[in-house]
Amino acid sequence: MNHGPDLFQLLTVFILAIFVGFEVISKVPTTLHTPLMSATNAIHGVVLVGAIVIVAQLFGGGTPSTALTVLGICAVALGTINVVGGFAVTERMLQMFKKREPAKK
Amino acid sequence: MTFDLQSLLLDAAELAAIVLFILGLRFLSSPATARLGNRLAAVGMLIALVAVLYSTHALGWWAILAGIAIGAAIGFFSALKVKMTAMPQMVALFNGAGGGAAGLISSVEFFVSVHPYGWTISVSLVLSAIIGCLSAAGSIIAFLKLQELMTGRPITYKGQQVVNGIVALGIVVLGVMLIATQGVDPAWVFLAMLAAALLLGVFFVLPIGGADMPVVISLLNSFTGVAVAITGFELNSNLLIISGSLVGASGTLLTILMGKAMNRPLTNVLFGAFGSGGGMETSTSSGGQQNVRATSVEDVAVMLAYAQQVVVVPGYGMAVAQAQHSVRELADQLEKRGVAVKYAIHPVAGRMPGHMNVLLAEANVPYNQLYDMDDINPEFPRTDVALVIGANDVTNPAARNVASSPIYGMPILDVDKAQNVVVLKRSMRSGFAGIENPLYELPNCSMLFGDAKASVSALTAAVKAV
Repeated sequence: MNHGPDLFQLLTVFILAIFVGFEVISKVPTTLHTPLMSATNAIHGVVLVGAIVIVAQLFGGGTPSTALTVLGICAVALGTINVVGGFAVTERMLQMFKKREPAKK
Repeated sequence: MTFDLQSLLLDAAELAAIVLFILGLRFLSSPATARLGNRLAAVGMLIALVAVLYSTHALGWWAILAGIAIGAAIGFFSALKVKMTAMPQMVALFNGAGGGAAGLISSVEFFVSVHPYGWTISVSLVLSAIIGCLSAAGSIIAFLKLQELMTGRPITYKGQQVVNGIVALGIVVLGVMLIATQGVDPAWVFLAMLAAALLLGVFFVLPIGGADMPVVISLLNSFTGVAVAITGFELNSNLLIISGSLVGASGTLLTILMGKAMNRPLTNVLFGAFGSGGGMETSTSSGGQQNVRATSVEDVAVMLAYAQQVVVVPGYGMAVAQAQHSVRELADQLEKRGVAVKYAIHPVAGRMPGHMNVLLAEANVPYNQLYDMDDINPEFPRTDVALVIGANDVTNPAARNVASSPIYGMPILDVDKAQNVVVLKRSMRSGFAGIENPLYELPNCSMLFGDAKASVSALTAAVKAV
Protein backbone atom coordinates (compact mmCIF):
# COMPACT_ATOMS: atom_id res chain seq x y z
CA MET A 1 0.00 0.00 0.00
CA ASN A 2 3.07 2.26 0.00
CA HIS A 3 3.34 2.76 -3.72
CA GLY A 4 0.28 4.69 -4.88
CA PRO A 5 -2.57 2.54 -6.19
CA ASP A 6 -3.36 2.66 -9.87
CA LEU A 7 -5.87 5.50 -9.98
CA PHE A 8 -7.46 4.67 -13.30
CA GLN A 9 -7.96 1.04 -12.52
CA LEU A 10 -9.77 2.06 -9.32
CA LEU A 11 -11.79 4.72 -11.14
CA THR A 12 -12.90 2.14 -13.69
CA VAL A 13 -14.15 -0.14 -10.96
CA PHE A 14 -15.88 2.81 -9.27
CA ILE A 15 -17.76 3.94 -12.38
CA LEU A 16 -18.78 0.43 -13.40
CA ALA A 17 -20.06 -0.30 -9.91
CA ILE A 18 -22.22 2.84 -10.01
CA PHE A 19 -23.82 1.60 -13.23
CA VAL A 20 -24.43 -1.82 -11.72
CA GLY A 21 -25.91 -0.14 -8.66
CA PHE A 22 -28.40 1.94 -10.64
CA GLU A 23 -29.35 -1.10 -12.70
CA VAL A 24 -29.95 -3.39 -9.75
CA ILE A 25 -31.62 -0.86 -7.46
CA SER A 26 -34.05 0.43 -10.08
CA LYS A 27 -35.71 -3.00 -10.03
CA VAL A 28 -36.62 -2.77 -6.34
CA PRO A 29 -40.35 -2.03 -5.83
CA THR A 30 -41.46 0.90 -3.66
CA THR A 31 -42.93 -1.55 -1.14
CA LEU A 32 -39.41 -2.59 -0.25
CA HIS A 33 -37.75 0.80 -0.19
CA THR A 34 -37.29 0.89 3.58
CA PRO A 35 -35.66 -2.56 3.75
CA LEU A 36 -33.63 -1.62 0.67
CA MET A 37 -32.36 1.41 2.46
CA SER A 38 -31.46 -0.47 5.62
CA ALA A 39 -29.85 -3.29 3.61
CA THR A 40 -27.70 -0.90 1.58
CA ASN A 41 -26.98 0.77 4.88
CA ALA A 42 -25.63 -2.52 6.20
CA ILE A 43 -23.60 -3.01 3.01
CA HIS A 44 -21.82 0.29 3.41
CA GLY A 45 -20.89 -1.05 6.83
CA VAL A 46 -18.19 -2.83 4.84
CA VAL A 47 -16.18 0.21 5.85
CA LEU A 48 -15.51 -2.00 8.89
CA VAL A 49 -13.05 -3.93 6.71
CA GLY A 50 -11.20 -0.67 6.19
CA ALA A 51 -11.30 0.07 9.90
CA ILE A 52 -9.78 -3.32 10.73
CA VAL A 53 -7.03 -2.83 8.14
CA ILE A 54 -6.20 0.58 9.53
CA VAL A 55 -6.02 -0.61 13.15
CA ALA A 56 -3.73 -3.48 12.14
CA GLN A 57 -1.59 -1.00 10.22
CA LEU A 58 -1.53 1.23 13.29
CA PHE A 59 -0.19 -1.57 15.47
CA GLY A 60 2.14 -2.74 12.71
CA GLY A 61 4.32 0.30 13.30
CA GLY A 62 4.96 -0.38 16.99
CA THR A 63 2.76 0.60 19.91
CA PRO A 64 0.53 3.47 18.82
CA SER A 65 -0.43 6.43 20.97
CA THR A 66 -3.50 6.08 23.16
CA ALA A 67 -5.39 8.72 21.20
CA LEU A 68 -4.93 6.92 17.90
CA THR A 69 -5.77 3.57 19.48
CA VAL A 70 -9.03 5.02 20.77
CA LEU A 71 -9.82 6.49 17.35
CA GLY A 72 -9.14 3.11 15.75
CA ILE A 73 -11.34 1.25 18.23
CA CYS A 74 -14.10 3.79 17.65
CA ALA A 75 -13.83 3.30 13.89
CA VAL A 76 -14.16 -0.47 14.30
CA ALA A 77 -17.06 -0.10 16.75
CA LEU A 78 -18.96 2.32 14.50
CA GLY A 79 -18.42 0.07 11.49
CA THR A 80 -19.69 -2.93 13.46
CA ILE A 81 -22.78 -1.05 14.65
CA ASN A 82 -23.47 -0.25 11.02
CA VAL A 83 -23.06 -3.85 9.84
CA VAL A 84 -24.74 -5.74 12.66
CA GLY A 85 -27.55 -3.24 13.21
CA GLY A 86 -28.19 -2.85 9.50
CA PHE A 87 -28.53 -6.53 8.70
CA ALA A 88 -30.48 -7.34 11.87
CA VAL A 89 -33.01 -4.59 11.37
CA THR A 90 -33.48 -5.51 7.70
CA GLU A 91 -34.08 -9.13 8.64
CA ARG A 92 -36.64 -8.03 11.23
CA MET A 93 -38.51 -5.94 8.68
CA LEU A 94 -38.43 -8.48 5.88
CA GLN A 95 -39.81 -11.29 7.97
CA MET A 96 -42.97 -9.21 8.35
CA PHE A 97 -43.64 -8.95 4.64
CA LYS A 98 -46.20 -11.63 3.83
CA LYS A 99 -48.45 -12.42 0.96
CA ARG A 100 -52.13 -12.94 1.71
CA GLU A 101 -52.08 -15.69 4.35
CA PRO A 102 -53.37 -19.21 3.53
CA ALA A 103 -56.57 -18.77 5.58
CA LYS A 104 -58.24 -16.95 2.72
CA LYS A 105 -61.44 -15.20 3.52
CA MET B 1 6.82 -12.26 -8.08
CA THR B 2 6.41 -14.90 -5.44
CA PHE B 3 3.27 -16.89 -5.17
CA ASP B 4 1.35 -15.41 -2.27
CA LEU B 5 -1.40 -17.74 -1.14
CA GLN B 6 -2.62 -15.41 1.51
CA SER B 7 -3.23 -12.39 -0.67
CA LEU B 8 -4.84 -14.69 -3.23
CA LEU B 9 -7.27 -15.94 -0.59
CA LEU B 10 -7.99 -12.40 0.53
CA ASP B 11 -8.74 -11.32 -3.04
CA ALA B 12 -10.96 -14.33 -3.59
CA ALA B 13 -12.88 -13.60 -0.40
CA GLU B 14 -13.38 -9.98 -1.42
CA LEU B 15 -14.63 -11.06 -4.83
CA ALA B 16 -17.06 -13.50 -3.21
CA ALA B 17 -18.32 -10.71 -0.95
CA ILE B 18 -18.84 -8.36 -3.91
CA VAL B 19 -20.79 -10.99 -5.85
CA LEU B 20 -22.94 -11.76 -2.80
CA PHE B 21 -23.68 -8.07 -2.22
CA ILE B 22 -24.86 -7.59 -5.79
CA LEU B 23 -26.90 -10.80 -5.77
CA GLY B 24 -28.37 -9.78 -2.43
CA LEU B 25 -29.56 -6.45 -3.80
CA ARG B 26 -30.88 -8.22 -6.85
CA PHE B 27 -33.02 -10.51 -4.67
CA LEU B 28 -34.44 -7.45 -2.94
CA SER B 29 -36.47 -6.81 -6.08
CA SER B 30 -39.29 -9.05 -4.83
CA PRO B 31 -40.77 -9.40 -1.34
CA ALA B 32 -40.71 -13.19 -1.81
CA THR B 33 -36.92 -13.35 -2.19
CA ALA B 34 -35.92 -10.26 -0.23
CA ARG B 35 -35.07 -12.13 2.94
CA LEU B 36 -32.75 -14.45 1.08
CA GLY B 37 -31.15 -11.37 -0.47
CA ASN B 38 -30.45 -9.80 2.89
CA ARG B 39 -28.93 -13.03 4.16
CA LEU B 40 -26.74 -13.44 1.08
CA ALA B 41 -25.39 -9.94 1.64
CA ALA B 42 -24.79 -10.74 5.32
CA VAL B 43 -22.88 -13.90 4.38
CA GLY B 44 -20.81 -11.85 1.96
CA MET B 45 -19.99 -9.45 4.76
CA LEU B 46 -18.98 -12.30 7.05
CA ILE B 47 -16.65 -13.77 4.42
CA ALA B 48 -14.99 -10.40 3.86
CA LEU B 49 -14.56 -9.83 7.60
CA VAL B 50 -13.10 -13.27 8.32
CA ALA B 51 -10.65 -12.86 5.45
CA VAL B 52 -9.50 -9.43 6.54
CA LEU B 53 -9.18 -10.50 10.18
CA TYR B 54 -7.03 -13.41 9.07
CA SER B 55 -4.87 -11.12 6.98
CA THR B 56 -4.03 -8.82 9.90
CA HIS B 57 -1.77 -11.45 11.54
CA ALA B 58 -3.41 -10.56 14.84
CA LEU B 59 -1.83 -7.13 14.82
CA GLY B 60 -3.77 -5.00 17.26
CA TRP B 61 -6.12 -7.94 17.81
CA TRP B 62 -7.37 -6.75 21.18
CA ALA B 63 -8.27 -3.32 19.87
CA ILE B 64 -10.11 -4.81 16.90
CA LEU B 65 -11.97 -7.32 19.03
CA ALA B 66 -12.89 -4.67 21.58
CA GLY B 67 -14.31 -2.48 18.83
CA ILE B 68 -16.25 -5.35 17.30
CA ALA B 69 -17.65 -6.46 20.67
CA ILE B 70 -18.82 -2.96 21.56
CA GLY B 71 -20.27 -2.33 18.11
CA ALA B 72 -21.99 -5.70 17.81
CA ALA B 73 -23.64 -5.33 21.21
CA ILE B 74 -24.92 -1.83 20.47
CA GLY B 75 -25.98 -2.64 16.90
CA PHE B 76 -27.72 -5.88 17.73
CA PHE B 77 -29.49 -4.60 20.82
CA SER B 78 -30.82 -1.47 19.16
CA ALA B 79 -31.89 -3.39 16.04
CA LEU B 80 -33.92 -5.77 18.19
CA LYS B 81 -35.48 -3.09 20.34
CA VAL B 82 -36.43 -0.46 17.80
CA LYS B 83 -40.09 0.02 17.03
CA MET B 84 -41.11 -0.10 13.39
CA THR B 85 -42.46 3.44 13.66
CA ALA B 86 -39.01 4.58 14.76
CA MET B 87 -37.26 2.91 11.82
CA PRO B 88 -36.33 6.17 10.04
CA GLN B 89 -34.29 7.45 12.98
CA MET B 90 -32.69 4.03 13.50
CA VAL B 91 -31.59 3.92 9.87
CA ALA B 92 -30.31 7.47 10.23
CA LEU B 93 -28.19 6.45 13.23
CA PHE B 94 -26.73 3.37 11.54
CA ASN B 95 -26.00 5.52 8.54
CA GLY B 96 -24.24 8.07 10.72
CA ALA B 97 -22.16 5.27 12.25
CA GLY B 98 -20.92 4.25 8.81
CA GLY B 99 -20.08 7.84 7.91
CA GLY B 100 -18.31 8.33 11.21
CA ALA B 101 -16.26 5.19 10.65
CA ALA B 102 -15.16 6.46 7.23
CA GLY B 103 -14.19 9.80 8.77
CA LEU B 104 -12.23 8.13 11.57
CA ILE B 105 -10.38 5.81 9.17
CA SER B 106 -9.18 8.82 7.21
CA SER B 107 -8.16 10.57 10.42
CA VAL B 108 -6.07 7.63 11.61
CA GLU B 109 -4.60 7.31 8.13
CA PHE B 110 -3.68 11.00 8.16
CA PHE B 111 -1.81 10.70 11.43
CA VAL B 112 0.03 7.43 10.79
CA SER B 113 0.90 7.64 7.11
CA VAL B 114 4.27 8.76 5.94
CA HIS B 115 3.78 12.10 4.22
CA PRO B 116 3.76 12.91 1.38
CA TYR B 117 1.77 9.93 0.22
CA GLY B 118 0.85 10.51 -3.41
CA TRP B 119 -2.11 12.19 -5.08
CA THR B 120 -4.63 9.38 -5.05
CA ILE B 121 -4.39 8.84 -1.33
CA SER B 122 -4.14 12.49 -0.56
CA VAL B 123 -7.30 13.42 -2.50
CA SER B 124 -9.32 10.41 -1.36
CA LEU B 125 -8.29 10.85 2.26
CA VAL B 126 -9.48 14.45 2.33
CA LEU B 127 -12.72 13.69 0.48
CA SER B 128 -13.68 10.68 2.55
CA ALA B 129 -12.95 12.58 5.76
CA ILE B 130 -15.16 15.48 4.65
CA ILE B 131 -18.07 13.42 3.33
CA GLY B 132 -17.90 10.96 6.20
CA CYS B 133 -18.08 13.72 8.83
CA LEU B 134 -20.81 15.55 6.92
CA SER B 135 -22.88 12.39 6.77
CA ALA B 136 -22.30 11.48 10.41
CA ALA B 137 -23.23 14.92 11.76
CA GLY B 138 -26.18 15.27 9.39
CA SER B 139 -27.48 11.84 10.36
CA ILE B 140 -27.33 12.72 14.04
CA ILE B 141 -29.39 15.87 13.49
CA ALA B 142 -31.85 13.86 11.38
CA PHE B 143 -32.07 11.36 14.24
CA LEU B 144 -32.69 14.10 16.82
CA LYS B 145 -35.42 15.60 14.67
CA LEU B 146 -37.14 12.29 13.97
CA GLN B 147 -36.89 11.18 17.58
CA GLU B 148 -38.36 14.56 18.50
CA LEU B 149 -35.48 15.32 20.79
CA MET B 150 -35.46 18.60 18.91
CA THR B 151 -38.14 20.34 16.91
CA GLY B 152 -39.08 18.73 13.62
CA ARG B 153 -39.84 22.14 12.18
CA PRO B 154 -37.28 23.74 9.90
CA ILE B 155 -34.79 25.84 11.87
CA THR B 156 -33.98 28.90 9.86
CA TYR B 157 -32.46 32.29 10.47
CA LYS B 158 -31.49 35.25 8.40
CA GLY B 159 -28.35 34.75 6.38
CA GLN B 160 -28.35 31.00 6.91
CA GLN B 161 -27.35 30.27 3.33
CA VAL B 162 -24.47 32.72 3.61
CA VAL B 163 -23.19 31.10 6.81
CA ASN B 164 -23.43 27.65 5.24
CA GLY B 165 -21.67 28.95 2.15
CA ILE B 166 -18.82 30.32 4.23
CA VAL B 167 -18.41 27.03 6.12
CA ALA B 168 -18.44 25.12 2.82
CA LEU B 169 -15.86 27.49 1.39
CA GLY B 170 -13.70 26.99 4.49
CA ILE B 171 -13.83 23.23 3.98
CA VAL B 172 -12.77 23.61 0.36
CA VAL B 173 -9.84 25.89 1.24
CA LEU B 174 -8.57 23.62 4.02
CA GLY B 175 -9.08 20.55 1.85
CA VAL B 176 -7.14 22.05 -1.03
CA MET B 177 -4.33 23.01 1.35
CA LEU B 178 -4.11 19.44 2.59
CA ILE B 179 -4.22 17.98 -0.89
CA ALA B 180 -1.67 20.42 -2.29
CA THR B 181 0.87 19.54 0.39
CA GLN B 182 -0.12 15.87 0.42
CA GLY B 183 -0.75 15.90 4.14
CA VAL B 184 2.48 17.60 5.20
CA ASP B 185 0.39 20.40 6.69
CA PRO B 186 0.25 20.58 10.46
CA ALA B 187 -2.46 18.59 12.17
CA TRP B 188 -4.58 21.64 12.95
CA VAL B 189 -5.41 22.12 9.29
CA PHE B 190 -6.79 18.61 9.17
CA LEU B 191 -8.64 18.97 12.47
CA ALA B 192 -10.11 22.31 11.42
CA MET B 193 -11.34 20.72 8.22
CA LEU B 194 -13.00 17.88 10.18
CA ALA B 195 -14.65 20.37 12.52
CA ALA B 196 -15.93 22.44 9.62
CA ALA B 197 -17.32 19.32 7.90
CA LEU B 198 -19.14 18.28 11.07
CA LEU B 199 -20.52 21.79 11.43
CA LEU B 200 -21.74 21.83 7.84
CA GLY B 201 -23.46 18.49 8.39
CA VAL B 202 -25.38 20.02 11.29
CA PHE B 203 -26.18 23.27 9.47
CA PHE B 204 -27.28 21.45 6.37
CA VAL B 205 -30.00 19.38 8.06
CA LEU B 206 -31.24 22.06 10.50
CA PRO B 207 -33.43 23.94 7.98
CA ILE B 208 -35.03 20.76 6.63
CA GLY B 209 -38.42 19.90 8.09
CA GLY B 210 -39.82 16.55 9.19
CA ALA B 211 -41.92 15.98 6.08
CA ASP B 212 -38.84 16.29 3.90
CA MET B 213 -36.99 13.62 5.87
CA PRO B 214 -37.46 10.89 3.23
CA VAL B 215 -35.29 12.96 0.91
CA VAL B 216 -32.68 13.76 3.53
CA ILE B 217 -32.33 10.19 4.76
CA SER B 218 -31.91 8.92 1.21
CA LEU B 219 -29.34 11.59 0.50
CA LEU B 220 -27.35 10.91 3.68
CA ASN B 221 -27.40 7.21 2.81
CA SER B 222 -25.92 8.07 -0.53
CA PHE B 223 -23.29 10.31 1.12
CA THR B 224 -22.06 7.51 3.35
CA GLY B 225 -21.93 5.18 0.37
CA VAL B 226 -19.75 7.65 -1.50
CA ALA B 227 -17.56 8.20 1.56
CA VAL B 228 -17.01 4.45 1.81
CA ALA B 229 -16.21 4.18 -1.89
CA ILE B 230 -13.64 6.96 -1.55
CA THR B 231 -12.17 5.26 1.51
CA GLY B 232 -11.69 2.33 -0.89
CA PHE B 233 -9.49 4.54 -3.08
CA GLU B 234 -7.52 5.49 0.00
CA LEU B 235 -6.96 1.87 1.07
CA ASN B 236 -6.72 0.50 -2.49
CA SER B 237 -9.66 -1.82 -1.90
CA ASN B 238 -12.01 -2.87 -4.69
CA LEU B 239 -14.40 -4.24 -2.10
CA LEU B 240 -14.92 -0.86 -0.47
CA ILE B 241 -15.11 0.96 -3.78
CA ILE B 242 -17.75 -1.36 -5.21
CA SER B 243 -19.88 -1.65 -2.08
CA GLY B 244 -19.72 2.08 -1.53
CA SER B 245 -20.75 2.87 -5.09
CA LEU B 246 -23.65 0.43 -4.95
CA VAL B 247 -24.98 2.22 -1.89
CA GLY B 248 -24.22 5.62 -3.35
CA ALA B 249 -26.20 4.72 -6.47
CA SER B 250 -29.07 3.36 -4.40
CA GLY B 251 -29.26 6.44 -2.19
CA THR B 252 -29.09 8.77 -5.17
CA LEU B 253 -31.83 6.90 -6.97
CA LEU B 254 -34.12 7.04 -3.93
CA THR B 255 -33.35 10.73 -3.46
CA ILE B 256 -34.39 11.42 -7.04
CA LEU B 257 -37.57 9.34 -6.65
CA MET B 258 -38.53 11.20 -3.48
CA GLY B 259 -37.89 14.55 -5.11
CA LYS B 260 -40.10 13.54 -8.03
CA ALA B 261 -42.85 12.42 -5.67
CA MET B 262 -42.91 15.91 -4.23
CA ASN B 263 -42.46 17.58 -7.58
CA ARG B 264 -39.68 19.64 -6.14
CA PRO B 265 -36.13 19.87 -7.37
CA LEU B 266 -33.61 18.64 -4.84
CA THR B 267 -32.16 22.11 -4.38
CA ASN B 268 -35.56 23.32 -3.24
CA VAL B 269 -35.87 20.57 -0.63
CA LEU B 270 -32.38 21.13 0.69
CA PHE B 271 -32.22 24.88 0.60
CA GLY B 272 -35.86 25.93 0.41
CA ALA B 273 -36.93 25.30 4.04
CA PHE B 274 -40.41 24.32 3.00
CA GLY B 275 -43.39 26.09 4.58
CA SER B 276 -41.32 28.22 6.87
CA GLY B 277 -41.59 31.55 5.13
CA GLY B 278 -41.32 33.97 8.04
CA GLY B 279 -43.51 32.75 10.88
CA MET B 280 -46.07 31.26 8.52
CA GLU B 281 -46.43 28.24 10.75
CA THR B 282 -48.42 30.09 13.37
CA SER B 283 -50.46 32.30 11.09
CA THR B 284 -52.12 29.70 8.89
CA SER B 285 -52.84 27.01 11.39
CA SER B 286 -55.04 29.11 13.65
CA GLY B 287 -58.05 27.18 12.36
CA GLY B 288 -61.70 28.22 12.35
CA GLN B 289 -61.73 29.56 8.82
CA GLN B 290 -62.47 26.22 7.26
CA ASN B 291 -66.00 25.00 6.88
CA VAL B 292 -65.91 21.32 7.62
CA ARG B 293 -68.44 18.66 8.49
CA ALA B 294 -67.73 16.54 11.54
CA THR B 295 -69.17 13.06 11.58
CA SER B 296 -69.64 10.30 14.13
CA VAL B 297 -68.18 6.83 14.52
CA GLU B 298 -71.63 5.25 13.96
CA ASP B 299 -72.21 7.07 10.67
CA VAL B 300 -68.80 6.14 9.32
CA ALA B 301 -69.22 2.53 10.45
CA VAL B 302 -72.47 2.20 8.49
CA MET B 303 -70.88 3.83 5.47
CA LEU B 304 -67.95 1.42 5.62
CA ALA B 305 -70.00 -1.68 6.32
CA TYR B 306 -72.17 -1.21 3.24
CA ALA B 307 -69.36 -0.19 0.91
CA GLN B 308 -68.08 -2.28 -1.98
CA GLN B 309 -64.58 -0.93 -1.89
CA VAL B 310 -62.72 0.98 0.80
CA VAL B 311 -59.31 2.50 0.23
CA VAL B 312 -57.24 3.28 3.31
CA VAL B 313 -54.81 6.17 2.93
CA PRO B 314 -52.25 6.03 5.74
CA GLY B 315 -49.89 8.86 6.61
CA TYR B 316 -47.40 9.78 9.27
CA GLY B 317 -50.30 10.39 11.68
CA MET B 318 -51.00 6.65 11.65
CA ALA B 319 -47.40 5.99 12.64
CA VAL B 320 -47.49 8.56 15.44
CA ALA B 321 -50.70 7.07 16.83
CA GLN B 322 -49.32 3.51 16.40
CA ALA B 323 -52.65 2.75 14.75
CA GLN B 324 -51.45 0.24 12.13
CA HIS B 325 -52.67 -2.82 14.08
CA SER B 326 -56.09 -1.30 14.69
CA VAL B 327 -56.33 -0.43 11.01
CA ARG B 328 -55.68 -4.02 10.12
CA GLU B 329 -58.39 -5.19 12.55
CA LEU B 330 -60.87 -2.81 10.97
CA ALA B 331 -59.91 -4.11 7.52
CA ASP B 332 -60.46 -7.68 8.73
CA GLN B 333 -63.96 -6.82 9.92
CA LEU B 334 -64.77 -5.16 6.62
CA GLU B 335 -63.41 -8.03 4.57
CA LYS B 336 -65.54 -10.43 6.58
CA ARG B 337 -68.52 -8.48 5.28
CA GLY B 338 -67.25 -8.75 1.72
CA VAL B 339 -65.88 -5.23 1.44
CA ALA B 340 -62.74 -4.97 -0.70
CA VAL B 341 -60.02 -3.15 1.22
CA LYS B 342 -56.97 -1.61 -0.44
CA TYR B 343 -54.21 0.61 0.85
CA ALA B 344 -52.99 3.62 -1.08
CA ILE B 345 -49.37 4.49 -0.36
CA HIS B 346 -47.96 7.83 -1.40
CA PRO B 347 -44.20 7.65 -2.05
CA VAL B 348 -43.44 10.32 0.55
CA ALA B 349 -45.97 9.23 3.18
CA GLY B 350 -44.09 8.82 6.44
CA ARG B 351 -40.54 9.77 7.23
CA MET B 352 -38.54 7.54 4.92
CA PRO B 353 -39.09 5.84 1.58
CA GLY B 354 -41.46 2.89 2.03
CA HIS B 355 -42.14 3.71 5.70
CA MET B 356 -45.90 3.00 5.50
CA ASN B 357 -45.33 -0.34 3.80
CA VAL B 358 -43.19 -1.52 6.67
CA LEU B 359 -45.72 -0.42 9.28
CA LEU B 360 -48.58 -2.16 7.50
CA ALA B 361 -46.45 -5.25 6.99
CA GLU B 362 -45.81 -5.22 10.73
CA ALA B 363 -49.58 -5.28 11.25
CA ASN B 364 -49.77 -8.33 8.96
CA VAL B 365 -51.33 -6.56 6.03
CA PRO B 366 -50.44 -8.69 2.99
CA TYR B 367 -48.21 -6.71 0.66
CA ASN B 368 -50.41 -7.40 -2.35
CA GLN B 369 -53.04 -5.12 -0.80
CA LEU B 370 -50.63 -2.18 -0.82
CA TYR B 371 -50.91 -0.01 -3.91
CA ASP B 372 -48.62 2.66 -5.31
CA MET B 373 -50.02 6.04 -6.17
CA ASP B 374 -50.14 5.38 -9.92
CA ASP B 375 -51.95 2.08 -9.47
CA ILE B 376 -54.54 3.28 -7.00
CA ASN B 377 -55.48 6.69 -8.41
CA PRO B 378 -57.68 5.27 -11.23
CA GLU B 379 -59.49 3.27 -8.53
CA PHE B 380 -60.77 6.21 -6.50
CA PRO B 381 -63.82 7.03 -8.68
CA ARG B 382 -64.89 3.41 -8.13
CA THR B 383 -64.27 3.61 -4.40
CA ASP B 384 -67.12 4.08 -1.96
CA VAL B 385 -65.09 5.30 0.96
CA ALA B 386 -61.57 6.67 1.10
CA LEU B 387 -60.43 6.49 4.71
CA VAL B 388 -57.63 8.99 5.27
CA ILE B 389 -55.72 8.19 8.44
CA GLY B 390 -53.21 10.78 9.50
CA ALA B 391 -52.31 11.87 5.99
CA ASN B 392 -52.78 15.45 4.89
CA ASP B 393 -50.61 17.11 2.28
CA VAL B 394 -50.46 14.03 0.05
CA THR B 395 -54.25 14.22 -0.35
CA ASN B 396 -54.50 17.97 -0.90
CA PRO B 397 -56.30 18.72 -4.18
CA ALA B 398 -54.75 22.19 -4.14
CA ALA B 399 -51.64 20.47 -5.50
CA ARG B 400 -53.65 19.77 -8.64
CA ASN B 401 -55.49 23.01 -9.26
CA VAL B 402 -54.25 25.93 -7.15
CA ALA B 403 -51.26 27.32 -8.97
CA SER B 404 -50.35 29.56 -6.06
CA SER B 405 -50.17 26.70 -3.56
CA PRO B 406 -46.68 25.84 -2.32
CA ILE B 407 -47.35 22.20 -3.12
CA TYR B 408 -48.79 22.91 -6.59
CA GLY B 409 -47.69 20.21 -9.03
CA MET B 410 -46.94 17.59 -6.42
CA PRO B 411 -48.53 14.29 -7.46
CA ILE B 412 -51.24 13.42 -4.93
CA LEU B 413 -53.63 10.60 -4.11
CA ASP B 414 -56.96 11.54 -5.71
CA VAL B 415 -59.06 10.74 -2.65
CA ASP B 416 -61.45 13.60 -3.48
CA LYS B 417 -62.68 11.53 -6.44
CA ALA B 418 -64.02 8.80 -4.17
CA GLN B 419 -67.77 8.75 -3.41
CA ASN B 420 -67.08 9.55 0.23
CA VAL B 421 -64.00 10.67 2.01
CA VAL B 422 -63.59 10.27 5.75
CA VAL B 423 -60.62 12.00 7.28
CA LEU B 424 -59.40 10.81 10.67
CA LYS B 425 -57.65 13.71 12.26
CA ARG B 426 -56.67 14.81 15.70
CA SER B 427 -57.82 18.39 15.20
CA MET B 428 -58.14 20.98 12.47
CA ARG B 429 -54.48 21.91 12.65
CA SER B 430 -53.03 22.05 9.19
CA GLY B 431 -50.50 19.56 7.89
CA PHE B 432 -46.79 19.75 8.24
CA ALA B 433 -46.40 22.18 5.40
CA GLY B 434 -48.87 24.50 7.10
CA ILE B 435 -51.15 24.57 4.07
CA GLU B 436 -54.95 24.59 4.14
CA ASN B 437 -56.46 21.46 2.68
CA PRO B 438 -59.53 22.30 0.55
CA LEU B 439 -60.37 18.58 0.54
CA TYR B 440 -61.98 19.01 3.96
CA GLU B 441 -64.55 21.48 2.62
CA LEU B 442 -65.75 19.25 -0.21
CA PRO B 443 -69.35 18.03 0.09
CA ASN B 444 -68.28 14.37 -0.07
CA CYS B 445 -65.80 14.77 2.77
CA SER B 446 -66.43 14.43 6.47
CA MET B 447 -64.10 14.57 9.43
CA LEU B 448 -63.80 12.14 12.30
CA PHE B 449 -61.88 13.93 15.02
CA GLY B 450 -59.84 12.19 17.68
CA ASP B 451 -56.80 9.99 18.19
CA ALA B 452 -56.38 7.79 15.11
CA LYS B 453 -55.95 4.59 17.08
CA ALA B 454 -58.97 5.21 19.31
CA SER B 455 -61.13 6.22 16.33
CA VAL B 456 -60.17 3.17 14.31
CA SER B 457 -60.81 0.83 17.25
CA ALA B 458 -64.21 2.44 17.80
CA LEU B 459 -64.96 2.02 14.12
CA THR B 460 -64.06 -1.66 14.27
CA ALA B 461 -66.43 -2.22 17.19
CA ALA B 462 -69.18 -0.25 15.47
CA VAL B 463 -68.78 -2.16 12.20
CA LYS B 464 -69.08 -5.41 14.14
CA ALA B 465 -72.35 -4.17 15.60
CA VAL B 466 -73.87 -3.08 12.27
